[in-house]
Formats: sequence, structure tokens, C-alpha cells
Amino acid sequence: MKVGKVVGTVVSTVNIPILDEHRLLLCDIQGVDGGPDGYTICIDVVDAGIGETVLILDEGNSARQILGLETGAIRAVIVGVVDELVVDGESRVVT
Amino acid sequence: MQLARVVGSLVATEKVDGLEGVRFLLIQPLGKRQEPVGGTIVAADAVHMAGPGDLVYFVSSREAAEALPVRFVPVDHAITGIVDDVQIGVES
Repeated sequence: MKVGKVVGTVVSTVNIPILDEHRLLLCDIQGVDGGPDGYTICIDVVDAGIGETVLILDEGNSARQILGLETGAIRAVIVGVVDELVVDGESRVVT
Repeated sequence: MQLARVVGSLVATEKVDGLEGVRFLLIQPLGKRQEPVGGTIVAADAVHMAGPGDLVYFVSSREAAEALPVRFVPVDHAITGIVDDVQIGVES
């Protein structure tokens, strides 16, 4: 799993059917120094908001399991909102 | 999933089994501010409606094969949606 930060939303009308009922959020992936290291568009199942630090699951089989699907082209899912992160003994309070 | 701009299309008559009827589009992957990142790639169009100029999002690797009606056809990138709007709310 990866730590990320929700920075935006993506809206689409034309998409593969399994994405019809899910909100898509654009998240920066947090690098080792705490700064952004790339981004990914994620399915949100925990009602995360813009600016929140989140836990991102970036693996297809696990993503399908969470959504109760046998098949489907999904991979990145936000599975939690992070309250606190400790790196090298230093607490990064994020809320 | 990542953002990309559709920049062209590709037609191949001779291809491996399972790819019949699959549309191929040339896409330019984009950063979150829609700046080009890396080179262009060929992606299968799983929504059957994307065309040159469209802003889309796509999946890579195994999930690309999951996007098409026939499972596990040999594709490595697939367009899974056409973007109406991207809102960037917080800079980090």
C-alpha cells in the first residue's frame, strides 16, 4: 500500500461500467521525503476529501476483492484516511 | 489510473488471437496538470468511444486485459474512461 494525498477529482460520463458507481479522486503519491512522487487516479470507498492523507491500495486483485468483483479493470483504491504517520520516529500529524 | 491525451489511432490487420475488434489508439500520458510525461504508447480503447484529442484515463499491466470483453487478451494499456473534468483542489 502507499501513502497519498487527495489533490483533486476526476469526472467522467463515458467509462467502463464498473466505474459508474464510484467516485474517482486524483491523489499524489507520497515519496520518502514526504513530497509528491507521481500521482494516480483512485476509486474512493471511504469518502475521503480533498487535502486528506490517505492509504492507497495499488494492486488489482485486492482492489477487486474490496469491491466484491471477480473481474474488472481496477487497481488503485483508497482504503483509509490516515490520522497520523510516524517516519524515523518523527510524528507527522496530518489531520 | 493515469491521465492521457489521445493523439492518434492504429490499425493492424495481422495480429494475435483475441485482439480482433479491439480498437487501438495512440496516447500521450500526462501529469496531473496535463503536461506530457514520457513517450506515446498504444492503448486498447475499452470504452469504444475515445478519439483523437480526447482527455482520457487508462490502466496498465494486467488490469488492461481485464478492461476488454474477452479476458486476458494480450494488451498492456487500456483506456477505461473519457474525462469530462479534472479539478485540482490542493497543491502539495
